[in-house]
Amino acid sequence: MKKDIILCGVGGQGILSIATIIGEAATLAGIHLKQAEVHGMSQRGGDVQSNLRLSTTTIYSDLIQKGGADMIISMEPMEALRYLPYLAKDGVIVTSNKPFVNIPNYPDEQALFDELNALPNKVIMLDIENVAKEAGSARSANVVLLGMAAKYIEIVSSEALRNAVANIFARKGEAVVEANLKAFDKGANN
Amino acid sequence: MMEKKLLLGDEAIALGAIHAGLSGVYAYPGTPSTEITEFIQHHPLAKERGIHSRWCTNEKTAMEAALGMSYAGKRALVCMKHVGMNVCADAFINSAITGVQGGLVVLAADDPSMHSSQNEQDSRFYGKFALLPVFEPSDQQEAYDMMEVAFDYSEAIKEPVLLRVVTRLAHSRAGVMVKEPREQNALHISTDAWVLLPGIARKKYDALIGKQADMIQASHRSPFNRSEYSETVPTVEKTGIVACGIGYNYVKEAIAQLPLEKQACYNIEKVSQYPLSEERIRQLAHESAKILVVEDGQPVVEEAVKGMLGTDYPVTGRLTGTLPRTGELTPDCVAVAMGVDLPAILPVAKNLAARPPQLCQGCGHRDVYAALNKVAADYPDHRIFGDIGCYTLGALPPYKALSSCVDMGASITMAKGAADAGLFPAIAVIGDSTFTHSGMTGLLDAVNDGSNITVIISDNLTTGMTGGQDSAGTNKFEAICIGLGVDPAHVRVVVPLPKNMEEITRTIKEEIEYNGVSVIIPRRECIQTAARHARERKKN
Repeated sequence: MKKDIILCGVGGQGILSIATIIGEAATLAGIHLKQAEVHGMSQRGGDVQSNLRLSTTTIYSDLIQKGGADMIISMEPMEALRYLPYLAKDGVIVTSNKPFVNIPNYPDEQALFDELNALPNKVIMLDIENVAKEAGSARSANVVLLGMAAKYIEIVSSEALRNAVANIFARKGEAVVEANLKAFDKGANN
Repeated sequence: MMEKKLLLGDEAIALGAIHAGLSGVYAYPGTPSTEITEFIQHHPLAKERGIHSRWCTNEKTAMEAALGMSYAGKRALVCMKHVGMNVCADAFINSAITGVQGGLVVLAADDPSMHSSQNEQDSRFYGKFALLPVFEPSDQQEAYDMMEVAFDYSEAIKEPVLLRVVTRLAHSRAGVMVKEPREQNALHISTDAWVLLPGIARKKYDALIGKQADMIQASHRSPFNRSEYSETVPTVEKTGIVACGIGYNYVKEAIAQLPLEKQACYNIEKVSQYPLSEERIRQLAHESAKILVVEDGQPVVEEAVKGMLGTDYPVTGRLTGTLPRTGELTPDCVAVAMGVDLPAILPVAKNLAARPPQLCQGCGHRDVYAALNKVAADYPDHRIFGDIGCYTLGALPPYKALSSCVDMGASITMAKGAADAGLFPAIAVIGDSTFTHSGMTGLLDAVNDGSNITVIISDNLTTGMTGGQDSAGTNKFEAICIGLGVDPAHVRVVVPLPKNMEEITRTIKEEIEYNGVSVIIPRRECIQTAARHARERKKN
């Protein structure tokens, strides 16, 4: 069994934290993992992505082949579209529906959502920032997104992911752990 | 006891070096190599052992300091991005002539596809140029394992060893089995003469040439080089693949997608240690009908293989267009080159715009460019020569301020040359860390020539682009400039904030009008490091 995931968003939105949490869960479960990240220049407000590969057998390539991604998990709706050629025929998109507009030529938002909704693939969208605020932790939008994606990740169980959230945030104290678990659950139950 | 850790390629290299008995890492930050030194700086065992890990001013000082540590018998690591090899090339090439005492590993992190660089030069050429062995790991585990082997080998042959990685390995995480650390070397100072006067250098160069056959033999026997031949298919139906470094992974990935009977149509020669073993290449050619060379970077091996096999034997790769001539390898382009069908893919989205990187909101460089553009508007013939760092983004909208960005320090020297030719006003914009890396000597040239240039040292108190490492010249810039001979009346400091725009623009205008070398230092801490420092203060 394998699960190839493209994590994407805009620099600073916290996609690497999502990767870290999934990585923690996968490592504990004894799942093979490779995760290619983007560091350096593109982190400055530009588009960022991470190729996360999980498998029960040996993984060779650090990069996902076009048409091979089982999931796109995106912190931003246009960024989800950027990686369509990588998505498998039956791949799933889990994305925030809140545009992050920091460029003058951001596409028409309605057209953007129409394109996402017209895809033959399963597309799940949520205003993760708002949900995070409701959960009392505006900074946990990325954990809400992970919660939304959890049941599709399959190769690692939702419960294992939830435990990994607790592990990763443990050093920041009980309150931060609780807020993030709440954010995860809100995402999972949406 | 073996233990599994999830590590970036860079971290695997760092931990491999610590566990191999490292005594010092010498480096200047540069994507994708920065995390190696940072990992060592923060590692408890490195702290306990007092491993030197402070940043150096540039790659040349780093290489030379490491050579000095090696002279004293201890193990030293030098880390840099590929273009750093150009900066330290003098020391690197000559270190092959001096030879080493303690193990010396030079780590070059190449950036094919130029994710964060101005070119995609291949550091394996430097290995060949210096006549030194090169290791090129295919994955994170090999990167870790190779460090100990490379240090041992360096001490065995008394030569530095080059270890080359690419961005995709440096910045990719995987599980790595790690071993118990070994002890550091004791002080054991060389008694050999490292004085490269012609008479000595000739003898030492002959000795280096004399080691070449052994280096090839070492590659031939290397545990990192491996033949994976298929035995069920006749030779005429088989393609031999020379799979270098991480290219091996893409080859394995492509083969796994084929039905079993087709998988048997490939012989793989995995290459992770150079110089290339001609014997192995000939063996591969003998057992295959043709050869495909899969290597990330420039066609170093492809050229060599063509040379070994002659024009009659079919060899394909980047030079023949079978693989793209530029850019990093991908699983897709390797699969296509091997004749593996790609799955049907969704078309590129319609509602999509490029999202280039940009200067952070609130960054001081923004105020510098706003002021520069305002003043420069009065001088239609002005040119602003840029340099390497976050502030290179001033070339993009909305500022579009820069006319050049070439290499570390070139802003000052190019402005000087253009001013010599008659350009006015010639303005240079350089960051604080880049200035101490390679800008100071150029400024001295300008002072000695009385060149009419205006130099902006945009000082954010850090090396920003690579994530905020300490900058060598912090708190010393006025003293450095005055010490180099810039008239103290024309070393001006401003604080780049929107509220100071009037003062900044007036200062720039005055210094442009001054006929001679002037330096303006807009100084305000990088907002990223300022936020980090505020968090740290809160914690303490």
